[in-house]
Amino acid sequence: MKAGPSRTNRPDNTAFTQQRLPAWQPILSAGIVIPGFTLIGLAFIGVGVALFVTSQKITDLEVRGKRDTHAVLFFFQGPVFFYYGLTSYYQNFRTYGVSKDGYQLSGDTYYFNVRAWYSCAPYQYDSNNNPIVPCGSIANSMFSDTFQLYQVVNGMKKQVPLDGKGIAWWTDYNIKYSNPALVNGSFANAFSGTVKPVNWSKPVYELDPTDQANNGFLNQNFLVWMRQAALPKFQKLYGRIAEGDYAQGLPAGNYTLLINYSYPVISFGGTKKVVLSNVSWMGGKNQFLGIAYLVIGSLCIVMAMVMLIIYAKYKFTDDDEDM
Amino acid sequence: ARTQVRTDPSETSCPGSPPSPPTVVSNLPYEDQRPRNQPNRRYAGNAVKTNKYTLWSFLPINLCEQFRRLANIYFVGIAALNFIPEVNAFQPQVALIPICVILTLTAIKDAWEDFRRYQSDRDACLSHPRSQHGFVERRWKDIQVGDFVQVLANDIIPADILLLHASDPNGVCHMETANLDGETNLKQRRVKSPFDPLSFNATVICEKPNNNLNHFKGFLEKDQIKIGFGIESLLLRGCTVRNTAAASGIVVYAGHDTKSMLNNNRPRYKRSRVESKMNKEVLCCVFLLFCMCLIGAVGHVIWLKTFSSVPIYFIPDSDGNETPSVVAGVYRFLTMIILLQVIIPISLYLSIELVKMGQVFFITQDIDLYDKEKDMRMQCRALNITEDLGQIQYVFSDKTGTLTENKMVFRRCTIMGTEYPHTENGESGKWVGQLWSHQDTTVGRDNILPCLPLRCGMHITVYHGATHLEFFLALAICNTVVVSTETAQRQRVRDPVQSTLYDIPTSSSSVVSEDEVQGTPCKGHTRRRQTWTASSLAGPKEVHYEAQSPDEAALVHAAKAYGFTLLERTPSHVSVRLPSGTTLTYEVLDVLTFDSVRSRMSIIVRHPHTKEIILYTKGADSGIMERLSQMKSESRVIANKTQKHLDMYANDGLRTLCFTRKVQEFNYYDWLVLRQGAMAAIDRKDELVRKTAADMETNLTLLGATGIEDRLQENVPETIQALREAGIQVCVLTGDKLETAVNIAYSCKLLDHKLVGKPVCKPVCVSQEVCKNMLSGTLAQLPLYDTQEAKVSVGLVIDGRTLGLLLDSDLQEGFVQLCTHCRAILCCRTTPLQKSRVVTLLRSKLGVMTLAIGDGANDVNMIQAADVGVGISGQEGMQAVMASDFAISRFKHLKKLLLVHGHWCYNRLANMIIYFFYKNVAYVNLLFWYQFFCGFSGTAMIDYWFMIFFNLFFTSAPPIMFGIMDREVSAAVLLQLPELYRRGQHEGGYRRSTFWIAIADAFYQSLVCFFVPYWTYKGSDIDIFTLGTPMNTASLFTIIFHLAIEIKSWTVVHWVIMVGSVVVYFVVTLAFCAMCVSCNPPSDPYWTMQEQMSDPMFYLVCILTTVVALLPRYTLHALRGTLVPSDHLRARQIDNMPPHHRDLWLQEWKKLKDLCASYPSLSSSTAQRYSTAQSPSLTLVQDPSPALAQSPSLTPVQDPSPSLVQSLNPKLAPNQGLNSAAL
Repeated sequence: MKAGPSRTNRPDNTAFTQQRLPAWQPILSAGIVIPGFTLIGLAFIGVGVALFVTSQKITDLEVRGKRDTHAVLFFFQGPVFFYYGLTSYYQNFRTYGVSKDGYQLSGDTYYFNVRAWYSCAPYQYDSNNNPIVPCGSIANSMFSDTFQLYQVVNGMKKQVPLDGKGIAWWTDYNIKYSNPALVNGSFANAFSGTVKPVNWSKPVYELDPTDQANNGFLNQNFLVWMRQAALPKFQKLYGRIAEGDYAQGLPAGNYTLLINYSYPVISFGGTKKVVLSNVSWMGGKNQFLGIAYLVIGSLCIVMAMVMLIIYAKYKFTDDDEDM
Repeated sequence: ARTQVRTDPSETSCPGSPPSPPTVVSNLPYEDQRPRNQPNRRYAGNAVKTNKYTLWSFLPINLCEQFRRLANIYFVGIAALNFIPEVNAFQPQVALIPICVILTLTAIKDAWEDFRRYQSDRDACLSHPRSQHGFVERRWKDIQVGDFVQVLANDIIPADILLLHASDPNGVCHMETANLDGETNLKQRRVKSPFDPLSFNATVICEKPNNNLNHFKGFLEKDQIKIGFGIESLLLRGCTVRNTAAASGIVVYAGHDTKSMLNNNRPRYKRSRVESKMNKEVLCCVFLLFCMCLIGAVGHVIWLKTFSSVPIYFIPDSDGNETPSVVAGVYRFLTMIILLQVIIPISLYLSIELVKMGQVFFITQDIDLYDKEKDMRMQCRALNITEDLGQIQYVFSDKTGTLTENKMVFRRCTIMGTEYPHTENGESGKWVGQLWSHQDTTVGRDNILPCLPLRCGMHITVYHGATHLEFFLALAICNTVVVSTETAQRQRVRDPVQSTLYDIPTSSSSVVSEDEVQGTPCKGHTRRRQTWTASSLAGPKEVHYEAQSPDEAALVHAAKAYGFTLLERTPSHVSVRLPSGTTLTYEVLDVLTFDSVRSRMSIIVRHPHTKEIILYTKGADSGIMERLSQMKSESRVIANKTQKHLDMYANDGLRTLCFTRKVQEFNYYDWLVLRQGAMAAIDRKDELVRKTAADMETNLTLLGATGIEDRLQENVPETIQALREAGIQVCVLTGDKLETAVNIAYSCKLLDHKLVGKPVCKPVCVSQEVCKNMLSGTLAQLPLYDTQEAKVSVGLVIDGRTLGLLLDSDLQEGFVQLCTHCRAILCCRTTPLQKSRVVTLLRSKLGVMTLAIGDGANDVNMIQAADVGVGISGQEGMQAVMASDFAISRFKHLKKLLLVHGHWCYNRLANMIIYFFYKNVAYVNLLFWYQFFCGFSGTAMIDYWFMIFFNLFFTSAPPIMFGIMDREVSAAVLLQLPELYRRGQHEGGYRRSTFWIAIADAFYQSLVCFFVPYWTYKGSDIDIFTLGTPMNTASLFTIIFHLAIEIKSWTVVHWVIMVGSVVVYFVVTLAFCAMCVSCNPPSDPYWTMQEQMSDPMFYLVCILTTVVALLPRYTLHALRGTLVPSDHLRARQIDNMPPHHRDLWLQEWKKLKDLCASYPSLSSSTAQRYSTAQSPSLTLVQDPSPALAQSPSLTPVQDPSPSLVQSLNPKLAPNQGLNSAAL
């Protein structure tokens, strides 16, 4: 309201207050949407084809739950990723998913034994009331099978190196998780007073004794496991084959997979598998997206044609647009 | 140091609870005693406290009040559930955030409102009356009932005070009540029986405090003598003393008991129809939630049963036991409620309030609804029924002051059976000359009223005798007009801009000097009270009339024009200067004030010379004619002639008043005793007073009658026409005579001449039996008219007495039925109560949305009875406005208010509500679908913070903006095509089906938003929150673009908010994902958004999802826009055209509609039917291309009357020509 001698109650005569702002008033009708449908249809078909072709180039091989497996492989373009997979495994089960202690895993020893996260229960203390580190159900149920892949060359087994590093998220490894500081120069001492999770065969500080950078909470297989799968059927990266002779991929030939079988899946009626796959810009092999794009693209083209027919039939209603 | 005086000691013993009626004695004798001995201690003090809270009590009281709302309890219950470990879905502390935010926001709002009240109380109580003559200054809050208070000129009165003394020798005190009711004319208050405060020893007994500003009764008791008084002796709190040096009296009501405080209502809360309908939809959502939770619980139990042993990932409870599956199912049910709670749109209520605030803002900002003359905007007094304006089906209108200006102009009069016109026009000089020269031509109906002033006063006596004098005397005396000559205290400072704009009316204002009176006799009665000016230069001769009603002002000015100048009026006498220059001062013995039952008022005076007691009565002919003395045949002849003239006046639409005189010979003093008894009564006072008045008003001698014109307001016929085209039934309820009302109804096109020859039903009947027969007869006739032409072509004119009979319970049905068949309803001679009963009856029986519009106190009942009450701030004060929901200043504003703002508000709100439901369901269902893949355990794949943000930041602003600013059709086209309004009347914007379609769409879209990412990432190593990110994003895009499809016009505000919401989403999500390493354990959305946004798949998934989700709605809109375009769509197309094309099209549309309206086969439904492709006739007209119009393929097949189309074709030809020219 303007002050001053000529102050009146008169509303401001602006485009905004009088609701006269210039406006674009689109009217949806058959004639208008034809170009839109056509464009979307063509673009989608293009993307769909690209996705489909890319996906077709990706090779993957699934090996289902036998102890030791022999397989004849055709050439795999590298780098090749080695996954283990589980089905009917609900890592996304709510009480399971909350059963971990982020502070503990960030290396804060205060949370080792002084103040354990309540949601870790019942994997919080063992029967002697010693704190479990890492606590909680997720850590406790860590996948424990190990794999060795051999190429059979002239009857001789030649180990294919599975690189277990660089398989976890960079942020998990570098920011989110960290090991506790050494105590008296010893890594194991940092965990003194704690016990290993019930199901584990060795404590967390011995996960990879050969490489301190891959040990403790920073063990990449551990990190991969701790990132809970979204769906009950999932696979997790075990290692990459990107070294030495196999940097360019797995040559065609006979391979043997040795599985150290220890993880029980019968209890929940699940299955285990191993997947070898190479990846492209669109990740692993995925037919769905390409097909979906193709279908929707075609549908749009069909819609455009339907609209065209309707438009031709009822043209008069759109004539005013032409005026 | 005296504000008090002494009292009768016997009163001190009066103990205990407040007696009824309240008794007040003076406080003075008890000044030094302790409070508990004070006789008046049990009455409210004068301190007014309208604020609810103090600093300390705010938190507990406010929380208590907030928890009275069901929604808040629901919220808290959900939050509390989160604290149960078995049940919780989110981190308990975080789950408290939404309820805390809502409680805090509401508390802040309440605190602010309360603070405002506190401030205004404080401001009011700080001022205090000045001291003088032994009175001390006291603060307002220290004043108590029983105190004596003196107020000086221009003081604001601190409490309700019974006036006991005024500085004016006549005991008159003037006050301005603008603070109270907005009326700016001075109200006169008088001392009924003067007392000196120091010797006051009477007891005041008055009625219980009530909020009626115009009514008060009580009496003073002193030595067994009762002196009655009424509102005319009460000074009201909040009013301002004017023109009176000092007035004093005893406080009878203080603080919250005062009439002004009892009238001080908060803005009324009305529940709009859309909202109450919406509540049912909320219940549907509750049901939906229940079903989903049940599915979750049952699913969880079934899922548990599939395991033969305990899976490794399954957590036993803390003591290692497995929860029994049924118990687990119950737990999951509760978890699901927490998880899916958002499906019940609690925030919708908050959003609706915000939207309505915005809508009200835009309505009040509309410059077309601004009245320049009064400098008044449209006011929205009820804030929450804006959308009801878009659904009105019946409009009930007052006539005087609503359809008409209520600026009365004296037009004609008949004196002793001779009729005289009084012409007022611009050529006043010529007129005066004519007046002088025509004084001898005195025969017949076209007589010019003989010039009476000064110089020809003798002629009157010669030619016409004393009756003419008496007639004009009655005109001048028989009223309650107050003359004020003192101007200094009354001066109003006016806005210079305004005065230049409004110079013309003010030039003929009430300030009439002596010279003017003689020179230009007719000036002065068209003045407006609101714009009075009192020039300080004015000499003492200047007279200034303050009338309660415009009629009286017009009459007094007319009397003055003929030389009978009302010079002074006090309660005890009234002075009139005669044309001869002599001044007669009558002693006023009593005034029998106007009431609507008697419909007349009288004044009893004593003639200064003859000492005769004379009664002058004026009133409506119905109230007068039956009370004439029937003795002489001569007077009967006059009465007949006068009646004839009155009928003629009424036919011309003039308001008529009869004037009578009676010389009271003997029994006046007997009557006076009765009268005083009646005045002092508490019980049945009104009745007794009315009866005594009626006893006096008998055997009257008719002097003559006047005809006063009340001009129609501008654009009234157009407005009524437009409302009718909009499908609104207009009913006029007036207190005027039948003929006057019918005449006005014709001139404002309520009854139009198409109805002439048609039965304008005029059931005037005396008994219920007759009335019943007549009603059934009329009803039986109605179908005849129905079949002949378009259905509603019957006008109903009904008078008050018949209406009273029809409103009886057994005739109601028939009356309602009759009303539905009539195109126009006009009720005359109705009382305020009847007005409201008609409204209530039609509202309840037909279930229609009603609007009542009026300007005066007699419309208040009706305004309050209707769904929407509209007050016109006109000439009759502000009572109607005070009672109304919306206040406008002209009737024509109703058109834009309903057709544009009502239409917009309704559509906007309806669309917004539907969208809000959709949005919540669409989003929450994502979580629901995920439950099928996590063992129904209640896991959310979207971080809880994001869910809060999603509702709070990302998707809240667009629907609110949509609800405030969307505009389907422009105002110009809406005003041109009133029939577009019909959609709202039939709830076209907000149907149950619309709701369910939106919910179905929400289900579909959420399925798409879930399953496209699901199939994309199925079997991969994706983690929970990384899967949730594309779902969340795609859902956001879907929800935003869904709105984009629904938005009808995009202004810069729309773009900013829509694009802004998306930008805010990405910024906030990226920031949160980058900052929150483990701030919200155990959920960890850390870096998920960044991870996804670096992956091209993310974009492909989001694009595909959004397109698939919106494809059906988009296609449907496109198809509907082509195959079955609604009227609104066509109107939008017209809207988009260049202006000259638009006009052509609008004309065609109207022409077509008229054609269709005249053929029942086409007009039976709304425009919807003929605008669709099924109706070939319209297709032809709407098609601008001549080629198509001539195309034989469009010859009607299913049309029952081929001739119709043939007759249409020639009419089309010129249109085609126009169109091709336009092309």
